[in-house]
Amino acid sequence: MNINSAINSLESFHLAVDETGAKERAASIAGRSIKKESKVHAIKLAVSMIDLTTLEGKDSEGKVYALCQKAIRPMDGSEEIPHVAAVCVYPNMVKIAKSALAGSGVNVASVATAFPSGQSPMKLKIDEVKRVVQMGADEVDMVISRGEFLEGNYQYTYDEVKAIKEACGEAHLKVILETGELETYDNVRKASIISMLAGADFIKTSTGKVQPAATLPVTLVMLEAIRDFYNETGKIIGMKPAGGIKTTKDAIAYLCLVKETLGEMWLTPDLFRMGASSLLNDLLMQYRKEQTGVYQSADYFTND
Amino acid sequence: MTFREKSATASVRISANGNGGSKSSSSVSKKPVWEYTPSPEAKDHIEVKPRYDLFINGKWQKAKKYFATVNPATEEKIAEVASASKDDVNRAVLSAERAYNKVWSKTPPKERAKYIFRIARIMQEKAREFAVIETMDGGKPIKESKSVDVPLALAHFFYYAGWADKLKYAFPNQLFEPVGVVGQIIPWNFPLLMAAWKIAPALACGNTVVIKSAETTPLTLYKLAEVIQEAGLPDGVVNIISGAGDTGAAIVNHPKVKKIAFTGSTEVGKLIMRSIAGTDKKVTLELGGKAANIIFEDAPIDQAIEGIVNGIYFNQGHVCCAGSRLFVQESVKNLVIKKLKHRLKSLRVGNPMDKNTDVGAINSRMQLDKITELVRSGIEEGCSIYQPECKLPESGYFFKPTFFTNVAQSNRIAQEEIFGPVLSVLTFRTPKEAIEKANNTQYGLSAGIWTDKGSKIFKMVSQLKAGVVWSNTYNKFNPASPFGGYKESGFGREGGLQGLKEYLIF
Repeated sequence: MNINSAINSLESFHLAVDETGAKERAASIAGRSIKKESKVHAIKLAVSMIDLTTLEGKDSEGKVYALCQKAIRPMDGSEEIPHVAAVCVYPNMVKIAKSALAGSGVNVASVATAFPSGQSPMKLKIDEVKRVVQMGADEVDMVISRGEFLEGNYQYTYDEVKAIKEACGEAHLKVILETGELETYDNVRKASIISMLAGADFIKTSTGKVQPAATLPVTLVMLEAIRDFYNETGKIIGMKPAGGIKTTKDAIAYLCLVKETLGEMWLTPDLFRMGASSLLNDLLMQYRKEQTGVYQSADYFTND
Repeated sequence: MTFREKSATASVRISANGNGGSKSSSSVSKKPVWEYTPSPEAKDHIEVKPRYDLFINGKWQKAKKYFATVNPATEEKIAEVASASKDDVNRAVLSAERAYNKVWSKTPPKERAKYIFRIARIMQEKAREFAVIETMDGGKPIKESKSVDVPLALAHFFYYAGWADKLKYAFPNQLFEPVGVVGQIIPWNFPLLMAAWKIAPALACGNTVVIKSAETTPLTLYKLAEVIQEAGLPDGVVNIISGAGDTGAAIVNHPKVKKIAFTGSTEVGKLIMRSIAGTDKKVTLELGGKAANIIFEDAPIDQAIEGIVNGIYFNQGHVCCAGSRLFVQESVKNLVIKKLKHRLKSLRVGNPMDKNTDVGAINSRMQLDKITELVRSGIEEGCSIYQPECKLPESGYFFKPTFFTNVAQSNRIAQEEIFGPVLSVLTFRTPKEAIEKANNTQYGLSAGIWTDKGSKIFKMVSQLKAGVVWSNTYNKFNPASPFGGYKESGFGREGGLQGLKEYLIF
């Protein structure tokens, strides 16, 4: 795709988003009342969609190993609760995660491209991506260069995503827009569509290092972009809100958003993920409550 | 539910199980569907008496005749309510007159405010009970009674309570006095809310009230009577009665009623105007509508779709300001229709008591028949109908959310107020044409404009002949904002300062 046609197709997506309206719609869907069997189903689904994440300077092999164990068996002794979708780590931790997760069905996702700021030369980013894939990352979470995007250099954003996608090879690519820095919903929609045009497999809200991270309205705007992109091109793109999703209630609201915007087809870990860490235990706690009728103390859920 | 109408040829490219896990991407089609299980609002905390008498002079007074009020979602009788005769109306008016002369006109404004605040606070405590009864009696989704009807009704009482002792600041350097006894007749689409719109400013201005509920939805008004009793409002200041058209006529024609406030059909509005001709009665009428909701090509389309849905399917379209005529700029017509079709698939139609229901029951058999008849006329006149696939409950009065394309101004469905979940989609090419078509109606209550361009909004607003114009949103209400119509949508304003004016003589 050359410069002109990329920009042209951008225009055909009707880029205006009304902030008040988007917030209202997201709040209305979040108000759905999900109870009983429906809630149990949602909890299991949510667990299977988690990208269990640790992205800290103090991450160590011990920490990542433990997190991987939790990812494989979130709730000890429960066959009902599935494993999470992936473990998301820094490049240095890819190898240990890969060996800890071998044969489990849980993917290794690595952040890359000078996460979280993206302020590095393109060549280094490409090398980094190639390296993490070589070390065994199944999924790459890249960040776009927000500075370039905000300068109006959309072609740069397009080329950047396209180059990283090529460097990914077989690994699948999640493009982090860092919506907290893009600020407006018009920007979010525009960045979503550019990323999808350039070959993103997933679009993702945030690094988790900038506030606000994932919000319901931002996710709604991105889901609508995915829906419109699918309608125009037939290509199915996934969505990952990340950061700030802490409770079962939050997670269920996100699932309702997906169900009512994109439909059942997207309610699978192949197409929807939630980047989170503390969410998992809240889901387990709510699951136990649905089974037994009472809330169990936090001490009964493992902290890894 | 997929948006893309062509068959999906693309396969899912990403598998979450790169390293050969147990699931495969074919699980997309096999996995169990996640449904929302029924989530009915609890009814055990509410109290509905089997029979309601008339609330006159602060007491419950028997009538000669009673009629049943039915839950439109189940067709089951909920309670019996009194049918006020001419004599009953006379009793109510005389009690209001007595209360005005002996008590209310001598009550200092600050004290009037206290009573209105008290009513609001007691209602607030019983908010959930009000919401449940409103839904049972009228068929609207519990979600809406809880988030719109009851909170807005409360807000009106709070708002006008604040004005009661500040009227001289509202109308500086003017002399004024209350009207006296006011007669108020309200519709069935927002019973409690319309009662609040009418009672709150009337009391704040120092009038006494005789108010009649609509035939199919009398219950929340009688609940309000209980609140008024509890608030200790002096006897006779508010009298609440129920009945049919005859009862309404008796209020309108009573010589001691000095002002009529009516919300309802244009037909009845005209009757009222005829019967009070030659008298010195003040009157405000809030009547029908056929609002234009205008979508420009530069609109935020996804939010506009929400505005369309909210405009016409909110409260099953039983809304006088419903956006029942959609005008879409031709360049985005196909896109808007495609998105609207997709959106209708996720609208949940059914049991109004379920917290996840978006579209509830049609208020009455009569209204359902009227909607059905008009929809039939649309089909017969060659318009194309669209209804989403959805299962309607077996009992009760329900109608699928509907829209028509290929509609022209001359079709009945584009002219007559349907008062149901039925939208007519028309198109335009230029702003001028949009204005011409939008104003080409006997009504003029409300309108909507959707565009990202501020200058276009202001240009359109100044030319639209409608009492309320929303831009980039729809059906927003606030007690501080006046509401009312042009042309056959009535005259007079309710809400805000303008709403106070109607209850005073200058």
